Amino acid sequence: MKLPLRFLVPVLAFAVLVAFFVIGLKRDPGQIPSPLIGKPAPAFALESLGDPNWIVGPADFAGRPWLLNVWGSWCVGCRQEHDALMAIAGQNRVPIMGLNLWDERERALRWLADLGNPYVSVAYDPDGRTSIDWGVYGAPETFLVDASGTVVKKHIGPITLQVWQAEFLPLLAAGAQAP
Amino acid sequence: MIPELGHFALIVAFLLSVAQAVFGLGGAARRDGAWLAAAGSAVVGQFVFVALSFGALTWAFVERDFSVLYVATNSHSELPLFYRVAAVWGAHEGSLLLWSLCLAGWTLGVVAASRSLDAPFRGRVIGILGIISIGFQLFMLATSNPFTRLVPAAPEGLDLNPLLQDFALAVHPPILYLGYVGFAVAFAFACATLIEGRLDAAWARWTRPWTLAAWMFLTIGIALGSWWAYYELGWGGWWFWDPVENASFMPWLAGTALIHSLAVTEKRGLFKSWTLLLAVAAFSLSLLGTFLVRSGILISVHAFATDPARGAFILAFLGIVIGGALVLYAWRAPRLASSASFEPTSRESFLLLNNALLVAALSLILLGTLYPLFMDALELGKVTVGAPWFNLMFLVPMLPLLLLLGIGMHAAWKRGHLLTVRSRLWIAAGCAIAGALLIGALAYADLRPITTLGFALALWVMLSSLLMPLARLRARQPLPAAVVGMVVAHFGVGLATFGITGVQSFKVEKDFALAVGEAASIGGYDFRFSALRDVRGANFTGVEADILVSRDGEKVTMLQPQKRLYNSGGNPMTEAGIEVGPTRDLFAALGDNLGEGRWSVRLQYKPLIRYIWLGAILVAFGGLLAALDRRYRLPARARDAQTSAATAS
Repeated sequence: MKLPLRFLVPVLAFAVLVAFFVIGLKRDPGQIPSPLIGKPAPAFALESLGDPNWIVGPADFAGRPWLLNVWGSWCVGCRQEHDALMAIAGQNRVPIMGLNLWDERERALRWLADLGNPYVSVAYDPDGRTSIDWGVYGAPETFLVDASGTVVKKHIGPITLQVWQAEFLPLLAAGAQAP
Repeated sequence: MIPELGHFALIVAFLLSVAQAVFGLGGAARRDGAWLAAAGSAVVGQFVFVALSFGALTWAFVERDFSVLYVATNSHSELPLFYRVAAVWGAHEGSLLLWSLCLAGWTLGVVAASRSLDAPFRGRVIGILGIISIGFQLFMLATSNPFTRLVPAAPEGLDLNPLLQDFALAVHPPILYLGYVGFAVAFAFACATLIEGRLDAAWARWTRPWTLAAWMFLTIGIALGSWWAYYELGWGGWWFWDPVENASFMPWLAGTALIHSLAVTEKRGLFKSWTLLLAVAAFSLSLLGTFLVRSGILISVHAFATDPARGAFILAFLGIVIGGALVLYAWRAPRLASSASFEPTSRESFLLLNNALLVAALSLILLGTLYPLFMDALELGKVTVGAPWFNLMFLVPMLPLLLLLGIGMHAAWKRGHLLTVRSRLWIAAGCAIAGALLIGALAYADLRPITTLGFALALWVMLSSLLMPLARLRARQPLPAAVVGMVVAHFGVGLATFGITGVQSFKVEKDFALAVGEAASIGGYDFRFSALRDVRGANFTGVEADILVSRDGEKVTMLQPQKRLYNSGGNPMTEAGIEVGPTRDLFAALGDNLGEGRWSVRLQYKPLIRYIWLGAILVAFGGLLAALDRRYRLPARARDAQTSAATAS
């Protein structure tokens, strides 16, 4: 039996569409890999947000896993993830250090006073130099550093409890078992 | 414990879906009565277990079980009971469960209502619905389990997105899904027909009420979404051509084309392969919509949780279901070719034009929605296609569609004369043009060509719709529910066009910076910002403004827009203050606190906007009336007799 070509048009058009979707899925903007993964966490010694005389940095967490969360009071996504950060801090699994980016001290402190403070300490990075060392595209971003001081995970955009549960906790558990 | 039972029930439901597919399709192939009977039982069981699973998730929300990740992410202890229940479908996982429940419900309906169908055909329909069900349940179990536990449990939930804490949006998803999923029935009927390779008028008669019912739900769902966006997003717009909106509008256009094409297939046995293709397309576009919304492949203001892994799964599922159906179509449809003649001005011609124009509109929207994706995939840069493009392109097929609608309704089947109503149609056209000029000149002192054309087409469609039942009553012809439904729906289209023309032509939208005591004027109304106070709700605090609206010194109304901050955190939410009226809405929304006592205040004058939704309600009601027509409920034997009579004629 001869197959009239016009009846093939829908399935061919659909095949083209699927091909585009396959490419589109691979180009997801949330999937930018960080060259920092597997490398030692870049060191820094910055003034604390609340107290210019107190210097904070990765050295404070030597031998322990910790989170670095890049935020600013100007950042809508940070506002969005704040509740999730508070919940993560409440679980007491890992200390969170804040890296306050492109911000004014007063506004940032007022933000923490208003919304709650999930951070053990906050490093103040008004000109964003330290953030450039960490390869930060923008806020919010969250890094997980393991006990040996190696960056093992980077999340771009607001963190959610789902992401925390699915992507961060397994890494933390694996780190805990390693000698 | 209850969440684990829900998870278990979902697994059982999945296994029963597999049984439904195997026994349905296998039983039909083997002509095995026992298998076919088992498929029917599997449907009942599947529905019961999906319902149990859904019940378990609802229980977790009602009892505030924050040890369930999905509940902790989408609920809060202060959330009122109504929204705790609505939060079940407030995000991805629960939406899928609702999808699955709707599908199980429709399938159960098909099983209950189709006892008179040829048993193997019925088995195939059930089997295909089973395959779709497998896909969704596997998707949930593999990537989106709503029952995943959160260890350790969260002390407090993150709260339902405050945008979703609203009546219209609480009921919007279930209704929309009933529409989306309802097209699965027409899809399954079409695939079963393609497998069997024969199609008769009885097929069209079976498919029509199911399609009409699904289409009615989709109409209401889209209208609710538009109404919600109008008063909740704080922009005062009623349609944004957002990818998520387009995702629901495209299946609606395909469904509308399908309803009309089915009429031709039922009455005249024509357009068979085209009707089958539309039935496949309507549901395929529903699935495509789900993919676009859930995969994060397109960026949307309605953005829900997105995840590329989920996108990959849906895409694979899409490929199997839609690709499979289209291959089946390419293989089997050629033998369903129908040949019969009709005159160029017969009802068939007009319905053919209707289909061509609706599919053109659909293609333009699909192109506009996916264009950014194409460009990005071809590495030609990231682009967006805005509302102005859609607004313009959508008019191109819609204007001729409205014009032809008014004539086509009166055309006779097969024969090519309109003589009986021709003179009345000319009078209706004259009245429509005169009416449009009068409205433009007297009410708005504005006679722009596009506005006048819009009003004229709206009045033309409404008048022409009314001519039909009047002529029938005068001739003492019967007025079956299907005809009344068609008239009501077409009148609704005219009414919605009337509203759209009014609001798009004469709306006034302005933002002001006002302090208490100051005033601004738009559209001939004076808005005085007379007071500002703090307010406190069950789970939010905020401020409320008193905006006194007056016209020529006389008080019209008091608008009280609010700015809310939900206790659970998140962005501040806008509750617009709206005064509803037959000729216009007055709209005020509070923006940001600009400091020094000044607030940005958005004031809008929206003429005739209510008629958009009123029209949509009439359209849906017309669909309901048509679906309830007596001829779809005749006993099987009488129907068969009619069918053979129809094919003979």
